[in-house]
Amino acid sequence: MRWSTRLWVCGLLTGAVWAGQPDVLRIGNGPEPETLDPHRAEGVSAGNILRDLYEGLTALAPDGRPIPAAARAWEVSEDGRVYRFRLRGDLRWSNGEALTAEDFAASLRRSVTPATGSAYAQILAPIRNARAIIDGRLAPDALAVRAEDPLTLRIELEAPAPYLPGLFSHPVTFPVHRTHRQASGRFTQPGELISNGAYRLDEWVVNAHVGLVRNPYYHDAANVAIERVRYLVTEDVHSELKRYRAGELDVTYEVPPSAVKSLRRDRAGELRIAPYLGLYFYGLNVTRAPFAQKPEVRRALSMVIDRELIVDKVLYGLGMPAYGWVVPGTAGSVEQRPEWANWPYARRVAEAQRLYRAAGYSDVRPLETEIRYNTHDGHRRVATVVAAMWKQTLGVRTRLVNEEFKVFLHHRRLRRDTQVYRAAWMADFNDPLSFLGILHTAHGKNDTGWRNARYDDLLDQAALLTDTTVRAQKLRQAERIVLDEVPAIPLYFYVSKHLVSPRVQGWTDHLLDYHYSKDLRLVPSIE
Amino acid sequence: MIYFVVRRLAAAVVTLLVLLTLALFLMRAAPGGPLDRERSLPPGIEAALVAQYRLDAPLWQQYLDYLGAVLRGDLGPSFQYEGYRVSELIAAGLPVSLLLGALALVCSLLVGGCAGIIAAVRRGGVLDRIVSVTVLAGMSVPGFVVAPLLILLFALTLDVLPAGGWSGDARELVLPVITLALPQLAVVARLLRAELIEVLDSPHVLAARGRGLPQWRVLLYHALPPALIPVISYLGPAAAGLVTGSVVVEQIFGIPGIGRYFVQGALNRDYTLVLGVVLLYGVLIVSSNLIVDALYGVLDPRVRHA
Repeated sequence: MRWSTRLWVCGLLTGAVWAGQPDVLRIGNGPEPETLDPHRAEGVSAGNILRDLYEGLTALAPDGRPIPAAARAWEVSEDGRVYRFRLRGDLRWSNGEALTAEDFAASLRRSVTPATGSAYAQILAPIRNARAIIDGRLAPDALAVRAEDPLTLRIELEAPAPYLPGLFSHPVTFPVHRTHRQASGRFTQPGELISNGAYRLDEWVVNAHVGLVRNPYYHDAANVAIERVRYLVTEDVHSELKRYRAGELDVTYEVPPSAVKSLRRDRAGELRIAPYLGLYFYGLNVTRAPFAQKPEVRRALSMVIDRELIVDKVLYGLGMPAYGWVVPGTAGSVEQRPEWANWPYARRVAEAQRLYRAAGYSDVRPLETEIRYNTHDGHRRVATVVAAMWKQTLGVRTRLVNEEFKVFLHHRRLRRDTQVYRAAWMADFNDPLSFLGILHTAHGKNDTGWRNARYDDLLDQAALLTDTTVRAQKLRQAERIVLDEVPAIPLYFYVSKHLVSPRVQGWTDHLLDYHYSKDLRLVPSIE
Repeated sequence: MIYFVVRRLAAAVVTLLVLLTLALFLMRAAPGGPLDRERSLPPGIEAALVAQYRLDAPLWQQYLDYLGAVLRGDLGPSFQYEGYRVSELIAAGLPVSLLLGALALVCSLLVGGCAGIIAAVRRGGVLDRIVSVTVLAGMSVPGFVVAPLLILLFALTLDVLPAGGWSGDARELVLPVITLALPQLAVVARLLRAELIEVLDSPHVLAARGRGLPQWRVLLYHALPPALIPVISYLGPAAAGLVTGSVVVEQIFGIPGIGRYFVQGALNRDYTLVLGVVLLYGVLIVSSNLIVDALYGVLDPRVRHA
């Protein structure tokens, strides 16, 4: 009998209401996690669970700073190219075995092995030889990661990367047990999965929930307050809200924009909206008409978009107007805005109209374009409003094209029919490079087709710098180029949005929306 | 009878083969693939995954390989649910969908059947009108409207049933079963009412009445069996539909059935998963039709399979 059936029969016999158990934290977790293999996982849902199951060398503080986790400290060499991570002496796997620096080294090798199929392996590119291994030019053993002794991990880099310690809070760097290290091994089932985090895997009912239970071998187990955590699949945001209202969830995955107004009224204390390192933008295909060679038209289109109105009326406040490319709050960044962003809207429109006409467009000969987006109500509403703004201020005729997600990605990549496309980017690591990198000529997701030698050069230079001030300067210069050339139009910055029950204590808003269950506590329900 | 069954089974195999072939080539004709995503894969890693899933072989080779694997009982690995085989996913979800579907089927038969009989017997009366209006409402209001209304009433206002979930509490079954059963129940009531009205006027029923048999006997033994035939022919495919789950009900109530595999599998280009559920659905449809055809003979002596 399968787990789900067994559970159901159990429930029928005992009449037990599991959901009501006081020591279970019930978290709405969006879609079913695609896998619990930390090196292969990609989605937010899987990441949330994996951060409870595993522990990296570092964790991230609410402001995105790396803090000690499995490593108690780290040092970096003068030239910024060699890191030494000092591990805690009391690290154990969830089966009680000791965990050493070699476990971390071998796991990193597994991550970059092509056969592992890790989408995130590329964020390990700063480590020496990682790129060549990912591309299949070198064997995984060539990765410049070495256990100097059981408690010291030495990592050599291609070039300085000040954000490196933060990377080790990402699942792709998590240690996997030696019995799990075969590239495509299957180990993610309860009873098989051995992990090193504050929790271990207890049950997994596909499309229903993943249950975790406290790991007694975790080094700080004495301070882990919550005994059990249950991540529930909540695909429909409205149903999730109803379940939260009915007291069946303690934390929601998100909040439907349409409900924000009423929630601000009756559940203001439970609504947690906070800045998040994510950018929503429109990419412009600059390889073809009408956007090739015409930065002034692209700039005009960007200038007349009233971001404040979109955030206020379309997103119901669940976002922040975006004029720059790097999300504010990213480590080492200073918010950049084009000069016109500070003008009154009327002046922006007047200037945009001038640029538009100078490019040869008029009321008689308007620009005709299209906005392409993947089928989703939110994207449709944003596209409708943007098209209306273009129409009203410049007279642009815009067609809205919605496509199923995979078809949309396919067309975007082809750069044949696509003119304006909806896109989003969430930071992989807390550094401006994470956002700026996607417009680099060599980046796999630069679907705009934009190439700017000076921009690429600035990013490449910044990647080699140890001096953080100069590095930040170069990155700012690069961002100015994006804002000037407008290969893409930033629309809004994401926010994280949750409902958190009053019975959950210790919840802190987090720049990357990381919430470690070990840091939370449950108080007896008021009901 | 045996000849009939053998002939139908042979036809079923051909039907399933055509179904699988069409589904596979249609899936592959859609733009985009299982490895496309918002975040691009480095070429080396993409190549490794393509080789792992054997997507690099010519399509006809993949088709033959897949058919061979299916014959051996292997539905392949899922692309979307990494680390699961399609057969495991179906094995995990099918009992859930079967349970819900069977309960919904029984509900719709019992309630819809009774409503249909009452309406037919009291033709034109107040009860008939009430049933007709209710039935019309049940048929025309879709599940994604009914379900939230039920949750609002029973979970949020009255607080007697959970709003969703699948954690082992039997009360979690009630609202999904009602949502699933409502439209079927309405159809059953309508079909049965219409047919029963006709049968009640037919010569063999009049003859039975003429022999002075009591009303309930006439109804149960003489009128009902032939009147059930359209209901039974409707129930075949309906049952297959019910037990293969409903994506709407599963998403709204957070139920781990197999209905969502269709939609999500297709959206994610999870080729093997979609083919797996298509095959399952095909088998269920074919076999339920077979059972229905066999039942005709039992219910109506005029139908005989030579």
